[in-house]
Amino acid sequence: MATYSTNEFKSGMKIMQDGDPCSIVENELVKPGKGQAFSRVKIRNLKTGRVVERTFKSGESVEAADVMDTDMQYLYADGEFWNFMDSETFEQVAADSKAVGDAAKWLKEQDTCTITLWDGVPISVTPQNFVVLQITETDPGVRGDTASGGGKPATLETGAVVRVPLFIEIGEIIKVDTRSGEYVGRAKDE
Amino acid sequence: MLEVETPVFSKSGNTDPFIQSLTANFSISADREEIYYAQTSPEFAMKRLLANGSDSIYQICKVFRVGEMGRRHNPEFSMLEWYRIGLSYHELMNEISELLKVLGVSDHSQRMSYKDLFYQYLKIDLCNVSVDHLKNCAAKSKIDVIGLDDNFDDWLNLLLSHLIEPQLGIEAPLFVYDYPASQAALANIREEAYPIAERFELYLNGIELANGYQELTTGEFYKKRFYLENEKRLSRNMNKISVQNNVLEDLQKGLPFCSGVALGLDRLLMHLCNASEIKDVLTFDFLNS
Repeated sequence: MATYSTNEFKSGMKIMQDGDPCSIVENELVKPGKGQAFSRVKIRNLKTGRVVERTFKSGESVEAADVMDTDMQYLYADGEFWNFMDSETFEQVAADSKAVGDAAKWLKEQDTCTITLWDGVPISVTPQNFVVLQITETDPGVRGDTASGGGKPATLETGAVVRVPLFIEIGEIIKVDTRSGEYVGRAKDE
Repeated sequence: MLEVETPVFSKSGNTDPFIQSLTANFSISADREEIYYAQTSPEFAMKRLLANGSDSIYQICKVFRVGEMGRRHNPEFSMLEWYRIGLSYHELMNEISELLKVLGVSDHSQRMSYKDLFYQYLKIDLCNVSVDHLKNCAAKSKIDVIGLDDNFDDWLNLLLSHLIEPQLGIEAPLFVYDYPASQAALANIREEAYPIAERFELYLNGIELANGYQELTTGEFYKKRFYLENEKRLSRNMNKISVQNNVLEDLQKGLPFCSGVALGLDRLLMHLCNASEIKDVLTFDFLNS
């Protein structure tokens, strides 16, 4: 079993805590002049996304988590699992709804996304920062309105709902920032 | 005051249970391994000079500590250390205060005893408190800590570093003085109902800047302190550090009445430059050295 000493802690390191794989977000050494040193860390639970603060006595060792991020292509959903494929090895993995979470609404078949694997099993799915999707439903476009602050809701082919400017029509293809869920612009014809 | 320069490497290491020395292998031949310690402060060498009759002395040098790396720590850093013969530790605090004035850091400083500090910030009476009470206090403040056993000083240090230190020395530099005897290191201990180590630390903007003592003058006490510190090291599964006879023999002669302080120059520089990380005041930090 691989372990890390607190002296090796750095952000991005994957460790086991409370039975779950976690990622170190921030690590700070605190050391009162002549006394016991501590590592004060913020850790993100990679399964729940929750961030907690924890303090380790300096020199403690912590179990390493076998976690890796890998880019995979989204294939299809079968009702229970979302299936992904490594486009180099053609290896496939199936992620459940807990692992896919909110990412589901951005997943379009054949798009690439980042899968976090823990002991080979997907625990989270992160879509690309920008996705290009078609609008399947929205109120009719209002011509001439190019810069209204208001906007209107539009449903995308993957089910996500984003606010778009009033002039956008059904069938148009737009670019969306998945981190904020915001409309970026019309996708250029390619 | 005389400037001195003492050796960086010595066969005697620092016995402090919370400081880890960097070692160098000075092997003349493959079967004769000789381990030398890089200084974690020039304390031993400067005290040897004092024990041998030197007057007040100061030194600026690089010191080395294994594992200390972070926003405010670099494993090698610069230290200004000085000893004033005839000065009490409170008088030495006055002198440091003057230095801070000259440097334009602040024209006044404050002082508070360690005991008052815990009472003021955490309403803890150190004369009458159990480890369980300290644990409760940590839990109430939502400190989620891994790896601490029932060591009283470790819990004090946890509370101090997490809840108190960040608030110290904001308005003006603050000297915290008179530590529990169990945290004496090499400071003089004043025997009272609640024995006190005549030690102080200087805080500036939540950061520890200096550590000083009313020095232990009785020669034979040094050997005892080293022994006790090594016992602490062993109980924490750390290696024993040897202090060689040449050092012990000098310290055995005893020190004149004096006070000494070590001040972290990089951190002082951080304050003067308004830098938030120690690497901002270094040419190349340890990871990039």
